[in-house]
Amino acid sequence: MSKKFKAAIIGPGNIGTDLLMKAMRSDWIEPVWMVGIEESEGIKRARDFGMKVSTNGVDGMVPHMKEDEIDFVFDATSAYVHAENSRKVNEQGAIMIDLTPAAIGPYCIPPVNLQDLLKEGRTPNVNMVTCGGQATIPMVNAVSRVQAVEYGEIVATVSSKSVGPGTRKNIDEFTRTTAGAIEQIGGADKGKAIIIVNPAEPPLIMRDTIHCLTKDEPNQERITESVLEMVKQVQKYVPGYTLKNGPVFDGNRVTIFMEVEGLGDFLPKYSGNLDIMTAAALRTAEMYAESIHNGDIA
Amino acid sequence: MNYQGKKITLHDMCLRDGMHPKRHQISLDEMVDIATGLDDAGVPLIEVTHGDGLGGTSVNYGFPAHTDKEYLSTVIPRMKRAKVSALLLPGIGTVDHLKMAADLGVNTIRVATHCTEADVSEQHIGMASDMGLDTVGFLMMAHMISAEQLLQQALLMESYGANCIYCTDSAGYMLPHQVTERIQLLRSRLKPETELGFHGHHNLGLGVANSMAAVEAGANRIDGSAAGLGAGAGNTPLEVFAAVLDRLEADTGVDIFKLMAVAEEKVVPLMDELVRVDRDSLTLGYAGVYSSFLLFAKRAGEKYGVPSQDILLEMAKRKAIGGQEDLIEDVAMEMAGSR
Repeated sequence: MSKKFKAAIIGPGNIGTDLLMKAMRSDWIEPVWMVGIEESEGIKRARDFGMKVSTNGVDGMVPHMKEDEIDFVFDATSAYVHAENSRKVNEQGAIMIDLTPAAIGPYCIPPVNLQDLLKEGRTPNVNMVTCGGQATIPMVNAVSRVQAVEYGEIVATVSSKSVGPGTRKNIDEFTRTTAGAIEQIGGADKGKAIIIVNPAEPPLIMRDTIHCLTKDEPNQERITESVLEMVKQVQKYVPGYTLKNGPVFDGNRVTIFMEVEGLGDFLPKYSGNLDIMTAAALRTAEMYAESIHNGDIA
Repeated sequence: MNYQGKKITLHDMCLRDGMHPKRHQISLDEMVDIATGLDDAGVPLIEVTHGDGLGGTSVNYGFPAHTDKEYLSTVIPRMKRAKVSALLLPGIGTVDHLKMAADLGVNTIRVATHCTEADVSEQHIGMASDMGLDTVGFLMMAHMISAEQLLQQALLMESYGANCIYCTDSAGYMLPHQVTERIQLLRSRLKPETELGFHGHHNLGLGVANSMAAVEAGANRIDGSAAGLGAGAGNTPLEVFAAVLDRLEADTGVDIFKLMAVAEEKVVPLMDELVRVDRDSLTLGYAGVYSSFLLFAKRAGEKYGVPSQDILLEMAKRKAIGGQEDLIEDVAMEMAGSR
C-alpha cells in the first residue's frame, strides 16, 4: 500500500510502549506521537524511537494533529481522563481506540464483533473491554455462535507483576465490565467474571478458563470445530493464544482452558493479559484503516 | 501466659467454610437450626455465605442451594445475641454484594485477599469501614510469605480502614511457632486498637494448638467451626477450642456444653462425609495447598483416573492460590495425558 495511517499513543507507560513497538511493525499504522504528562522513561524511549512527544498531555499534541494527519489515537492511560482525551482528539477527526475501562464507545473484541462495527461506519470511539475480556470472550462467542449459551463464566488468572495499580484500585471494574461484555459481545444470556492475581515466581503466564452452560445438550463436534477456528482467528494477532485443554463437555457445561503468552515486545512474555490488549487495539486500528483505505468507510 | 479472664471472640465458620464440604448445599432450615443453636450457646459471631464468599456462586466454585441474600435474610432476623459476618473476595464478589449484605444487617465484613495482594481490597475495605461495619482484612495463605511481608500487607489493609487483621492459614500448613512469629510482629507494629485474628485449618491436626499460639501472641479473635465443618480437614473445631479456653478460664461467653451439643447433634449429622484428617486433607496441610481444593481434586481424580493426592501435590508445585479451582481439572487432564 502507498501510505500508512498515522497514529498517536497517549500514555508512555508499559502498555503504551508495548503498543508502540507493535505499531512500528504494522503494515497499516505508523505511530507518530507519544503523549505523556511529564518527562519520563517512556517519553525518552519514544523519542529514541523517533516519535514526536508531548509532555503536556493531549493539549500538547492537538494543535499538530491535522498537520500530522493523525487518524488514530490509542488511549493507554486511565478511565478518569479518557472522556476528555477522546473528545479532544475526536474534534481533530481522529478515531479513539480506548484501552482504558472507561467504555464510552462500543466494546470491541476483534474476531467477534469488529466486522459488525466496521459495517456501522466510522465511529469516534471503540473500547477494548478488559484483558480478561479479550482473552475469553472469543471463546464464549465460539460456543454461542453454535448454540444458545444461558450462562458464560470466565476465570482469568494473571501474574501479580502484570496487574498495575489502576486495576488494583478498582478490581470491581474488571469483573463488572468483563461480565457485561460476556453477555453483550460473547452472546451469553448471563455473564460472570472472576480474576485471580497470583504472585508466584517466576511469574505465571496468563491462564483463562471459560465455562459455558448451554441451553440444550452441547453439540460437541460443532463446538469443538468452532473453538479451534476461533483460536486461529485470535492467533492472527496474538500468536501465543493457546488452547491448553478442552473443550471439555460435562452435561451442558462446556469448559475451555486457555493460556495467553505475550510476544514479549516491551512487556514480559508472561503478561499475555497486557499483550492481548495492545495487540487487539492495534488490530482494531488496522482493520479500520483497511476499511477506510478500501473506501468501505468514509 | 495467663488466660484467666481474657476476652476472646470466637467466630464460627460452619455456615461459610462448612459450605465447602457440603458443596454449598446447606438448606435454609439447616442454616437456621445451626445458627440458632450457636446463638443460644453464646457464640458471638457467625459467618454465613457461599463458601467462597459473597458472589461465590459460579460454575467454578459451585452453585449453592440458595443465594447469599436468601441465607443472610433468613438467618440474621433469627439471631438473639449473635452477630453475622460475611466474607468477600475481591475479584469474585464486588462492592454491590457488600452493600447487599450490609442492607440485610450483616455486622461484620471480612475482605479476603491472597496474602501478597492486599491492595486489591482498598475499595471494599474502605466502603465497609465508611458504612460503619466491623471491617476485617483477611490475609489468606499467610504461610506463603514471611512475617515481615505479611506485616506490610496488613499495614495496607489497616490504612484502608480495617479494624481487625487476620492471619489466615488457608492451607492448614502453619506450625505453632510460625503463627507466633506472624501474630507477634503484627501485634507489635499495627495500631494497638487494631484487633488481630487467626483462622486455622486442621489439616495437620494443629487447629487448636495454632489458635492458642495466636492468642498467646496477641490475637483476640479466633475462627473455628462447630464439629470442624470446613474445607480440607475442617477448621479448628470450635467446641474443642472453647473447652480448652474454658479450662484455662478465659472469657469467651460460650456455654461449652451447648456448643458441644450443636456440634454433635446438628453439625455432624449434616456431614456428607466425615470431615477429618485423611490422606488428601493431610496432603493439603503438608504441602501448603488451599483447603477448598480438596473435593475438586477428588472429583477430577475420579474423572480422569489420576490419584487426587498427586493432583494436590502438583497444585502445590504450581504455587496455586485460593480461587484457582479451575486449574485442578486442567492439571488432572494434563497428568492423565502424560501417563
